Amino acid sequence: MLAKRIIACLDVKDNQTVKGVSFENLRYAGDPVELGKAYSEQGIDELVYLDITATNEGRKQIYSLVEKVAQNLSIPFTIGGGISDIRDAENLLIYGADKISVNSAAVKNPQLVSDIAKKFGCQFVVTAIDAKMIDGKWIVHTHGGKRPTDKELFSWAKEIEDRGAGEILFTSMNHDGHQTGFANEALAKLSEILTIPVIASGGAGEMSHFKDVFTVGKADAALAASIFHFGKIAIPDLKQYLVKEGINVRR
Amino acid sequence: MNIAIIDYKAGNIKSVEAALQRLGCNTVLTKNHNEILSADKVVFPGVGNAGAAMEALKSESLDTLIPQLKQPVLGICLGMQLMCAFSEEENTQGLGIFDVTVKKFLPKSGEKIPHMGWNNVFNLKTPLYQGVDENSFVYFVHSYMVPVFEFTAAECSYAEKFSASIAKNNFFGTQFHPEKSGNTGLKILENFIKL
Repeated sequence: MLAKRIIACLDVKDNQTVKGVSFENLRYAGDPVELGKAYSEQGIDELVYLDITATNEGRKQIYSLVEKVAQNLSIPFTIGGGISDIRDAENLLIYGADKISVNSAAVKNPQLVSDIAKKFGCQFVVTAIDAKMIDGKWIVHTHGGKRPTDKELFSWAKEIEDRGAGEILFTSMNHDGHQTGFANEALAKLSEILTIPVIASGGAGEMSHFKDVFTVGKADAALAASIFHFGKIAIPDLKQYLVKEGINVRR
Repeated sequence: MNIAIIDYKAGNIKSVEAALQRLGCNTVLTKNHNEILSADKVVFPGVGNAGAAMEALKSESLDTLIPQLKQPVLGICLGMQLMCAFSEEENTQGLGIFDVTVKKFLPKSGEKIPHMGWNNVFNLKTPLYQGVDENSFVYFVHSYMVPVFEFTAAECSYAEKFSASIAKNNFFGTQFHPEKSGNTGLKILENFIKL
């Protein structure tokens, strides 16, 4: 049976892993390759590296990071942040990324998702959506959550799926950094309307939140950062807990 | 140990290259027939579209070379599917090493396609799985699959049972990515190297 996946997200700035609360107040959390290796040994199922500098200068650093990760790890990983054209996507593939994640660039130019999916396959393109509940509507935001758009979460997710995205990575900005649980209601609805896997992000604080996101939220994978980086939840403990709760995870 | 990785521009080969190197092999990424023929082992990787991949193989006459290889060959993911006779993906004629048709997954109870993530494999056969526990988890990403047939070397279940791995004479295939399957995957690659 296909296992539910636990994913650690590593925000990378100047070759260091950082993670903020609700996208601000960045804090130090270590060397990205070493951290990735440590997670892999602990049994994490997948890693996401998010380049939060995403400047031209940072780009070269990211290529070199991708290469190092591919050389040192034998689990799948995704690279996100600042991918704005197909050439950049191709470079990341050549340096060894298994998947890339597009966010703002997809909103600006949805055709990019279609083009990447067509050229490199659906499995290569994850589309990340940051959304915030405003007056009862989930409004898609770009630029690290700074800019609201005229797009609504569910119709945007559907469009992205139709364009060939392989997975949706949904971050609830209302939940991110608060450690009070995932946006299960919105996640369950996403899972219902989509036929591609949904990765839940934002809000993990306790082990029970993972159980909830897989059962109530019907997510295929759950992503977290701070609670893993700062050791609040250890991956082996989390896996053991989920098995006990009857959830199929990789052991 | 010299391993030729067949170069036909089919997706991410960095990881498989790195995994083999970590296991102590010399690898060469090549489409040169002599280099491939003289290697101790051959890895035939691949991610992407079957139709386009077959065209790329044909343009370098690799479609005639691969079935004639005598050393152990490991086809990974699309590489394994291309070793079969036919694929429903764009109705593509394959290399015909395995007389079987690659089929599209048909969801039975809302399974999402592609089949992506870690799944357990069972009924493990052949030396490729020596020392690998039944129901070990490995990493899959695919929308098409090889049904269970005479040369199935490992099974997996998603919507229905399918071949997670196939083997016949010197030809081996894994639908999953051993290079992405943690320690289990490394063990399988190590077993391939030892063949």
